[in-house]
Amino acid sequence: MKDVDLVFKALADPSRRELLDRLAARNGQTLSELCKGIDMARQSISEHLALLEAANLLSVQWQGREKLHYLNPVPIHELYERWIRKFEEQRLAALYDFKTQLERKRK
Amino acid sequence: MNDQRFVYVTYIAATPTQVWKALIDGQLTRQYWKHTNESDWKPGSKWKHVTADGKDTVKLVGSVVEVVPNKRLVLTWAEVADASDPSRHSRVAFDIEPVGAMVRLTITHDELTAELAKKISAGWPRVLSSLKSLLETGRALDTWA
Repeated sequence: MKDVDLVFKALADPSRRELLDRLAARNGQTLSELCKGIDMARQSISEHLALLEAANLLSVQWQGREKLHYLNPVPIHELYERWIRKFEEQRLAALYDFKTQLERKRK
Repeated sequence: MNDQRFVYVTYIAATPTQVWKALIDGQLTRQYWKHTNESDWKPGSKWKHVTADGKDTVKLVGSVVEVVPNKRLVLTWAEVADASDPSRHSRVAFDIEPVGAMVRLTITHDELTAELAKKISAGWPRVLSSLKSLLETGRALDTWA
């Protein structure tokens, strides 16, 4: 499978996106820390992490006996360069702001 | 507390020597980073990060901590205004490992305060994507315009 396919596949799952969000909020967590406050079995979290690592969306560093997980946004940046930036980012940003404003007003 | 750390990884279809050269050779860094990194690259020496816009503005300064050619480079990293304040210095390690026909380049930026972590975190993915593009296609990304 090509690198970019691995990235899209990894991002296509809400649990994996949640794990990335949790690392974005606090980088460098262990598996046990990532298991806290999430309704998922340790084994499936561990499998999700392996898939994210295979897609290079996270990297692992050992600190003593602790395995720490770090969000690696480089592949997402490459998607951005390939699929967003060259497609007129400014107009897209304006459209997004417009949508956000309208939706806020409706609440 | 300088306890924030970021780890960035990219796989590049290139040799370790090419990636190493791309980190320290001003002719290459100016293409993908729009800055040059200047030093004699000996442990204990100073290094500086200078704009390549013809004005040669020094943006970052630090010391060279560890040099293993084609493998590992460790630098301290500070904004010019913080040069004499070690509590605001962070550390960057570049690790180059061959993986099959490719190279895995890992950048570990640590000893960061929360404030500095916010500043640097958006920059590295751009630098790495542009470096990868330059080495693989001969063209850097026009990401700084």
